[in-house]
Amino acid sequence: MYDFLTITALNAHYGDFQALYDLNLSIAPSEVVAIIGANGAGKSTLMRSISGLMRNDATAIRWKGRDIGHLRADQVAGLGIALVPEGRQLFPSLSVEENLRIGGQTGRRGPWSLARVYQLFPILHERRRQPSTSLSGGQQQMVAIGRALMANPELIMFDEISLGLAPVVIRQIYDALPGIVGEGMAAMIVEQDITKALSVSTRAYCLQEGRVSLEGGSNDISREDISRAYFGV
Amino acid sequence: MDWINVLIQGILLGGLYALFAAGLSLIFGVMRLVNIAHGDLMVGAAYLGLTTCATLGVTPLVSLLLVVPAMAGIGYALQRVVLNRVMGEDILPPLLVTFGLSVILQNTLLLGYSADPQKLSTKVLDTASVAVGPFNLGWLPVLTFAVAVALIWALQWMFYRTALGRAFRATSDNQDIAQLMGLNRAHVFGLAMALALAVTAVAGIFLGMRTAFDPSVGGTRLIFGFEAVIIGGLGNLWGTLAGGILLGVAQAVGSKIDPGWQVLAGHVVFLAILAVRPKGFFPRIEA
Ligand SMILES: Nc1ncnc2c1ncn2[C@@H]1O[C@H](COP(=O)(O)OP(=O)(O)OP(=O)(O)O)[C@@H](O)[C@H]1O
Ligand SMILES: [Mg+2]
Repeated sequence: MYDFLTITALNAHYGDFQALYDLNLSIAPSEVVAIIGANGAGKSTLMRSISGLMRNDATAIRWKGRDIGHLRADQVAGLGIALVPEGRQLFPSLSVEENLRIGGQTGRRGPWSLARVYQLFPILHERRRQPSTSLSGGQQQMVAIGRALMANPELIMFDEISLGLAPVVIRQIYDALPGIVGEGMAAMIVEQDITKALSVSTRAYCLQEGRVSLEGGSNDISREDISRAYFGV
Repeated sequence: MDWINVLIQGILLGGLYALFAAGLSLIFGVMRLVNIAHGDLMVGAAYLGLTTCATLGVTPLVSLLLVVPAMAGIGYALQRVVLNRVMGEDILPPLLVTFGLSVILQNTLLLGYSADPQKLSTKVLDTASVAVGPFNLGWLPVLTFAVAVALIWALQWMFYRTALGRAFRATSDNQDIAQLMGLNRAHVFGLAMALALAVTAVAGIFLGMRTAFDPSVGGTRLIFGFEAVIIGGLGNLWGTLAGGILLGVAQAVGSKIDPGWQVLAGHVVFLAILAVRPKGFFPRIEA
């Protein structure tokens, strides 16, 4: 298969509870892949596993020809995988600009810099000295995205990219997306709005109770397939 | 006039408490670790200074050049090799480990140096004083206070203006997300402990120049340190300085009334403040 991100037989556990079962998935360079599925299907768990927040078998996750399933999150970050976590999760003690700068902590080189993030989201430049907690939800999401971009990742993962945001802000975020992916950066997007998820992605995976219940090209998947894959009916 | 002199002495003493407390505050702030062995580590630094002075024939101030990096190294190793293994959601295991460490340290010092009180002799500094108006201030207390203020200023600057300070604050906010930013929590914790013990080493040397010490005095110092931190408000270093000064003044006033009241007066003021302002005077602004 591709030699970019390849997940083979990934199992993830929270104590005795198994959240992912023998999950297989892959992403090619510059590809946008949507991950959909009902609440509790395991989408966040998948992203936590890839990013190293949950440790797995070394061989379950391969990144550019290297086993990374066992690595810590800071090591994975250094290899070029970034996560925009569910619920933004900015650092409240840090200003907007500090939140962005800390994203560049890995020291990876690439097209993204503070200036370029401000160019993408000009409002953040205006607010750069404010505490991150003083921003609106949409602006906080911009900081979370900018923070991930500052690491110059080759794969960026968005968990619930538009959850809790106003429609106009959601449009703004999605308008920014083409300027983010491409240039060799691949993306994995978790999105509740299935139509939206399929329209921005090239391929999609549907998870159900920790297993892949459907996968295919985003244009080829039908509504019926999806409702079957979502609820298993 | 007498009382103003007492006040000044108290303030100068407070600088020393603040310096010691700053280390406690730093490690609690960054990793929510309550270090019961902090006082004994400070006393250990004083003994390290004693040995350095004796073997190399240098003054206590010069011994800082060796003791500070040594304590920083010990702090980093202690955190990485011992404490990181027990750090987690539950704050009790690390607390118990540092308690055990405190016992081990005290007994090791007792074996190595006996229970005889020791002092770091400074010859000149011991007795030299400077007249400021009608007051006669000892050089040593003045120097101690100046060093304390300078170090607390430097720590504060590091915390809010440098990449290391940013890493400390981010890790304190959310360890998982900090890890996602490429910060290795184990290393960040190690650096926090190294820095805390470096500052504590300075406190230990100045303590040893000022008063006699023996292996058992760490415990009371720990209590003074906690009191200064809590009076000032957890996680605020200028608050810690204020807390240290308040404690120093309370003790000086207490001992002026009756020498036996020195320590008691400090505790009473601490309890009074705790009753009125449970979060201290300058609590960290929580988001
Ligand atoms: N910290 C945890 N401890 C125990 N179980 C957990 C934990 N986090 C998630 N789970 C369980 O793991 C399963 C997968 O959760 P996950 O958060 O990955 O789902 P999700 O697809 O992201 O859902 P959502 O759409 O609600 O975000 C769920 O059954 C959830 O209850
Ligand atoms: Mg989720």
